[in-house]
Amino acid sequence: MIGTMTDTIVEVKNLSRKFDTKIALDNVDFTITRGVVMGLVGENGAGKTTLIRHLMGLLKPQSGTVSVFGKNPVKDPEGALSHIGYLSENREMLDWMPLDELMSFTAAFYPDWDWDYAHQLIETFRLDPAKRVCDYSRGQRAQAGLILAVAHHPDLLLLDEPSSGLDPIVRKDILGEIIHTVTNAGKTVLFSSHLLDEVERVADTITFLSEGKKLLTSPLTELLESWKMITLRGATSLTQFPAIPGIVTSDKRGNEWVITTQTSMDTLSPLFQKYQFEVLAVNPMSLNDIFIAKVGRSAQNGNES
Amino acid sequence: MVASGRMVPGDELPAIRVLAEQLVVNPNTVARAYRELETLGIVTSRHGSGTYISETGSPLKPTELLKNIQDRADSLLSDGLQMGLTLEEMQDILQKRYDLMQTPEGNTGESKK
Repeated sequence: MIGTMTDTIVEVKNLSRKFDTKIALDNVDFTITRGVVMGLVGENGAGKTTLIRHLMGLLKPQSGTVSVFGKNPVKDPEGALSHIGYLSENREMLDWMPLDELMSFTAAFYPDWDWDYAHQLIETFRLDPAKRVCDYSRGQRAQAGLILAVAHHPDLLLLDEPSSGLDPIVRKDILGEIIHTVTNAGKTVLFSSHLLDEVERVADTITFLSEGKKLLTSPLTELLESWKMITLRGATSLTQFPAIPGIVTSDKRGNEWVITTQTSMDTLSPLFQKYQFEVLAVNPMSLNDIFIAKVGRSAQNGNES
Repeated sequence: MVASGRMVPGDELPAIRVLAEQLVVNPNTVARAYRELETLGIVTSRHGSGTYISETGSPLKPTELLKNIQDRADSLLSDGLQMGLTLEEMQDILQKRYDLMQTPEGNTGESKK
């Protein structure tokens, strides 16, 4: 939030990864600076989990480099992991333990474990700490995982599809902890999700990943301000939208065209005039709309092969 | 909320981080909203002590408020005319809605908030 702190927390350079012949990550460059809430967005199989697992040191780069807090998470797991909080979709936990034992076990790894905060969250979530985690409901397991991820006040919170398959109440608990984390100065969050309304709500920076490639990293406000959906009226006989540079998608609806673009109206207006289009409406786009325009098409084209 | 009088000059707005946690939105979004309110003159921030509703109160001047009502009348009229209502019929509707509002029971029914 405060412009003076711009140090790099995560730095990934030229990272590539194959599983057998399938390319999971393709030459990805990726940085996160301190204080950012980065929303990592991509279709299923885009490489989000693979990228996050590299940051945790759970996967070794086949080519390229990964550094977290300036350290190599594979060679120096302690240096990196003691400052990371991690929650994944699968919520891997030693779930045969009751929550209070699991917390004691986890606390032993983290010098900064905050028991007051952990107990406060247990009360908020109304969990029974004497009950074994494997006997919890799906939502309660996620809440337990969340406590284990945040009770040591991590400098970097990594959440891999944390909301997946959860009801709105638990999803809000998770988003609340993301916000709570970054309201403390200097804390950084990376979370992946395909619930784009959630991402739009809590992230301030967005990375689009598609088929292992990074398509963009941008402040959310810049994305929302630059992308627009324009409705045009053209000649009925027109079957193909003319080749106007910067038009990302175009759909014909009767004699109207709906197009998406990042190009400014100042640039487009004379071109629309040239092709005798009448501009009926210029509308802002949600992150969901932008994702479908930008990633949906490229993923679709890729799948057609 | 300022225009409706739910917040009055001198009232303090919640701290950015408190409101961000309450609404579950990114603190930068709240900070940006506060900056916009400050640019509009609706709030003033006192360095290091928080954000307050400006003493000048609602920046909407009487002429702007009137303009707002006129715009809404225009849209109401065009909707009504499109449905085939005459000006007299619409005046009649307005009068009836007004009368309903004057009775306490009438206000709880289908009237808008």
